[in-house]
Amino acid sequence: MDLKSTREGSNLIVDVEGRVDGTNAMDFQTALEGAIQPSDQGVIMDMGQLQYISSAGLRVILLVAKSLQKQNAKLLGCSLSESVREIFAISGFDKIVPVHDSRTDALKALED
Amino acid sequence: MSESEGEAYRILVVDDEPDVEPLMLQRMRRHIRSGRYSFVFAQNGIEALDVLNSDPEIDMVVSDINMPKMDGLTLLSQISELNPDLRAVIVSAYGDMKNIRTAMNRGAFDFVTKPLDFDDLQVTIERTLENMKAWKEALSSRDKLVSLQRELDVASQMQQSILPTQFPRGDDFEVFGSMEPARNVGGDFFDVVLLDDGQIGLAIADVSGKGVPAALFMMSSRTLLKGSAIGLTEPGKVLREVNNLLAEDNESAMFVTVLYAVYNPATGHLSYANGGHNLPVIFHSDGSSTVLPYTEGLALAVLSGVEFVEGELTLAPGDTLVLYTDGVTEAMDAVNEEFGMARLQAVFTGGAPQGAEAANEAVFAAVREFVSGAPQSDDITCLTLRRGRAQA
Repeated sequence: MDLKSTREGSNLIVDVEGRVDGTNAMDFQTALEGAIQPSDQGVIMDMGQLQYISSAGLRVILLVAKSLQKQNAKLLGCSLSESVREIFAISGFDKIVPVHDSRTDALKALED
Repeated sequence: MSESEGEAYRILVVDDEPDVEPLMLQRMRRHIRSGRYSFVFAQNGIEALDVLNSDPEIDMVVSDINMPKMDGLTLLSQISELNPDLRAVIVSAYGDMKNIRTAMNRGAFDFVTKPLDFDDLQVTIERTLENMKAWKEALSSRDKLVSLQRELDVASQMQQSILPTQFPRGDDFEVFGSMEPARNVGGDFFDVVLLDDGQIGLAIADVSGKGVPAALFMMSSRTLLKGSAIGLTEPGKVLREVNNLLAEDNESAMFVTVLYAVYNPATGHLSYANGGHNLPVIFHSDGSSTVLPYTEGLALAVLSGVEFVEGELTLAPGDTLVLYTDGVTEAMDAVNEEFGMARLQAVFTGGAPQGAEAANEAVFAAVREFVSGAPQSDDITCLTLRRGRAQA
């Protein structure tokens, strides 16, 4: 698992790469929470290079989505691979984290 | 080493020369006054053992070699049997390498030579105490590790103990389920509930996370699910009720994916609702298979007020419904390839499963053969329902 973040205005874009499972879910949480600032309006998680996410990883996303909700910020996902999209669809997590085809679409959604 | 740490050590000095005691007390007076050292004295090995037996507070021993009744070398062997944590420093004649070698072989931590250089002795005592402290710390972290392991064992036993081991069967149906736990306690469980109207409730679930918190969450999920299932026959309502209860004050953000189905043995009718779980597969008697159609839902405990859409269908005689967790489809071989849906659906292409237990076993066997010894990272769970009895 590798995580890189960049900022675009008041939005944070996080690139997640590799696999997130029980063995590194804690690292994923620490890295993600460390990247988010209280001033962030929106967080876009680019999962284009994410190969796999287990339930332990989804739990981290849920934790982050809940804490962002408290600061009135939104969490969006984008560029999901076929298999990760399926995990989001079956678990219903796409209802908690709206997913978009591309980073541009996600940024646009935050502007609306 | 700083003397302000406030740790006090008790040292037993064993020597038959009467002037050792006053000399030691005099030369070490600063450390005695500061409270760091306190001394106990013995004249020979026998006396020393008596002191050690009656005073468990002693941290280390400084002993002469040549003494009447019991010499220092014999005392050393006795000490290691009495208390392996006790450290001993031997006092020998200058250049007496033979005795020094013997003493070290019998577990002495260090040695000093006569005539005693008290500064050197004090440095040796400190080094010995430091080593003992590090040793005790290592022991205590090992104990913590052991108790943590015990805790995990409890979680694992908890998980095993809630799984049904007796399965209902009738003239025209069979149920069988089993779980192969991963080394670290996962959170899979399944349940079979006999409903009042002769129907059967089947649940399979996977709790997010591992360890004791997941095991506790699994216990409450399972209890709530059973409680709701007994009073209701609509799977969607059962999941809605359990979800609302679990979602209340769920600060931990744990969640559980559940597929819950209600089967009517009289008609073969199956209704189901899905809380974010993998979709079960129906294997038909001709070797083909169907994935249960997707129905709207969300993993339980994520959000309260969620509606769970119900799906329904009728099992044909000979159909086998296999409910499973992602431990099956996401089981990985040595090169990180997943077992996947395609391989699961291909398990019975060579022939329809004969009986629920056989079907269950066949899925496990296929997964085992695929991973061929690669370490198992998640629980593997399967719950199988077959319409029609196995042919003898």
